[in-house]
Amino acid sequence: MSRTGVIICHCGTNIASMVDVEKVAEEIGKIPGVVYSVTNKYTCSEPGQQMIKDAIEEHSLDRIVIGACTPRMHETTFRKMLKGTKINPYMLEIANLREQCAWVHTDKEKATEKAISLVRMSVAKVGSNKPLFTSFIPIHKKALVIGGGIAGIQAALDIADAGHEVTLVEREPSIGGKMVMLDKTFPTLDCSACISTPKMVDVSAHPNITLKTSCEVEAVTGYVGNFEVTIRQKARYVNHDICTGCGLCETKCPSKISDEFNQGIGERKAIYKLFPQAVPAKPVIDAQNCRKLNGSAKCGVCQIVCPLQCIDFEDKDQLITETYGAIVVATGYELIDWTKLYGEYGSGRYADVISGLQFERLVNASGPTEGHILRPSDQKEPKDVVIVKCVGSRDEKKGKSYCSRACCMYGAKHAHQILEKIPGSNVYIFYMDVRTPGKGYEEFYNRTREDGATYIRGRVAKIYKEGDKLICTGEDTLIGKPVTVKADMVILETAMVPARGVEEIVSKLGISMDGDHWVQEAHPKLRPVETQTAGIFLAGTCQGPKDIPDTVAQASAAAVKVCGVFSKEQMETSPMISRVNEEKCCGCEFCVKCCPYSAIAMKEIDGREGNRKIKRMVATVNSGLCQGCGACTAACRTGAIDLLGYTNDQILKEVDALCL
Amino acid sequence: MSVEKNWEPKIIAFTCNWCTYTGADLAGLNRMKYPENVHLVRVPCSSRVNPQFILRAFQKGCDGVMVCGCHPGDCHYATGNYFTRRRFMLMKRLLEYNGIDPQRFQARWISGSEAAKFRDTMTQVTAQIRELGPNSKFQEKWYQEGGPENE
Repeated sequence: MSRTGVIICHCGTNIASMVDVEKVAEEIGKIPGVVYSVTNKYTCSEPGQQMIKDAIEEHSLDRIVIGACTPRMHETTFRKMLKGTKINPYMLEIANLREQCAWVHTDKEKATEKAISLVRMSVAKVGSNKPLFTSFIPIHKKALVIGGGIAGIQAALDIADAGHEVTLVEREPSIGGKMVMLDKTFPTLDCSACISTPKMVDVSAHPNITLKTSCEVEAVTGYVGNFEVTIRQKARYVNHDICTGCGLCETKCPSKISDEFNQGIGERKAIYKLFPQAVPAKPVIDAQNCRKLNGSAKCGVCQIVCPLQCIDFEDKDQLITETYGAIVVATGYELIDWTKLYGEYGSGRYADVISGLQFERLVNASGPTEGHILRPSDQKEPKDVVIVKCVGSRDEKKGKSYCSRACCMYGAKHAHQILEKIPGSNVYIFYMDVRTPGKGYEEFYNRTREDGATYIRGRVAKIYKEGDKLICTGEDTLIGKPVTVKADMVILETAMVPARGVEEIVSKLGISMDGDHWVQEAHPKLRPVETQTAGIFLAGTCQGPKDIPDTVAQASAAAVKVCGVFSKEQMETSPMISRVNEEKCCGCEFCVKCCPYSAIAMKEIDGREGNRKIKRMVATVNSGLCQGCGACTAACRTGAIDLLGYTNDQILKEVDALCL
Repeated sequence: MSVEKNWEPKIIAFTCNWCTYTGADLAGLNRMKYPENVHLVRVPCSSRVNPQFILRAFQKGCDGVMVCGCHPGDCHYATGNYFTRRRFMLMKRLLEYNGIDPQRFQARWISGSEAAKFRDTMTQVTAQIRELGPNSKFQEKWYQEGGPENE
């Protein structure tokens, strides 16, 4: 028989004025198993706590019920108090007599009756409580950052500067991401490469950072503090340990391929560096386009010219497995493929209808035209340029319903750059709205208008070619009249969409994404850099469209969260988690499907079928991942899985006690 | 069936710790008043509520049962209340099929800040169930008296 102690708190007069606490204590004292039932003026105070401790000794109590304020207020206080006694801190239940009884009722008799019911429910529940023990999981103080754009770079640097080891994984041959492609950044017109390349060099030189380029995350298992991550090092065919990056191989390679870094404007070789300032500044071979590797010719000229014999055509992908304590996802964005969506803009048939990122490469001093704005079709300087905003953004029918946030500003920046670089040029910007939230942004927009950019409110309905001109027709919705602009070049400011492959990485990590495939944060307002999975954090545009300042801020925030995890040697886990009764588990996997944290996995155990020994599958809960929501318990058809602290038995006892 | 004198409806509400239980605490903090008939059972998430609990409550003498959680999309555990919603859409129909008035079992979404909504919901549900009278379905006495044959 259990020996339950019950303490009914007066809470000064808060409870006592509406509930006859003495009567409650007296009635509860009659319940079998309750060996001690008293009232106390202020149970949470030092003397109140001492009284409970004394009573535990004196009456050999093995479980406690306190009728007081909401458990959300003092449950932890009383659990802490019990740590010093012989009772397990989880052998405690609190009946909510203040917020959910005394304060909300006006009839003292009825309130007292309800209070008795509430305490009786708690007494019934505590009877089924079992001692629970917190466990500790060790924390591997090494972080993994996925994605080497500005978000990943910033997060990696911040974590490394705090003294922790970081591995930065990037699938491209160089870090830098999208920011390094840009020419200038709004609104200050800082040269983008000038502010991002030093950070890239910092990453490669930092003693705490291991840089892994041409790498992809293959598999992730484990939980906060202990993620086992398998990374695939893709074959580079160049031994980076020896290579000095002299570049001789690049000059001799006969294959020419459209240059991705320059957004298809210009060409690169099959052995190449992504861009001149690439980090690491060493080439890789693109196996698909290499004549020797794809078997189309004997070639091998790079191997012949390389003075250090770095070229290894036998190179293979390698898998590396390491343990990390925390992961930062910084997979970034790409631009929506407008050519598939906008037939009225020529579906990519007109060379001079380009995307904003292509324009960035055109205007960039290290780009294919060395910074001269020359239209791709005939390398002539355009005089009349049309900029179309919201291509793919805010367009539910064809693209995405959301606003991509940065386009209004870089649209203004593009206009400014054209007007500055091409004297006598005209820029027409077709817009839906102009959105400039940010420091100095509105001022920059006004400046662009003063520079002479013509803003036309409306979408471009059609673009077609007439001679060497591109005719853009649309409607000026402010005056309600159709407008036609004869342009030499058209820039489409296209929507940001999550980087390709985000679905894969999200499923490997066991985190979630929203309808547009942006990675889902734990709470849009209060936990914007965390995911639902403890130990996995978000940085930058993988979470949603952002400009550079917001991306960097979020990356630093994610870094602080990682450092927070690493501030302890080991982490205490809540013992109120699900547990599987393997005897009862039938291996239906319903619990696996409804767990929001991927905390349940299947394992094989020895079983019996009649006399035969068999292997069968049962569910198993990972205590590091389980957050104790209990969704699995209601899904289990055999009742094999139960939530400790809120077991089926405990809740049913509460229900029964109410109905007495 | 004769209604006992001084009969008071007994209502049990399974409330999630993060939204509705918090909302109920806020109602207390603001000294809002609602009937004494409502008794809350705290669960971590509304998805923890097993349909068995609802049957048990009716069986043992509750006149009304509620399941309350965060608004869909706001679940503390990301997706829990979507399960709740699906489960109890079905449950409600099952109970109705068995002759339990749909007003006796309700699932409601009340956030931690919606104290007034909590008060209004509880007041309204209590009034509805008072109107319906005591529930005897699924209870031992009902079966002893012939169960479904009675109807």
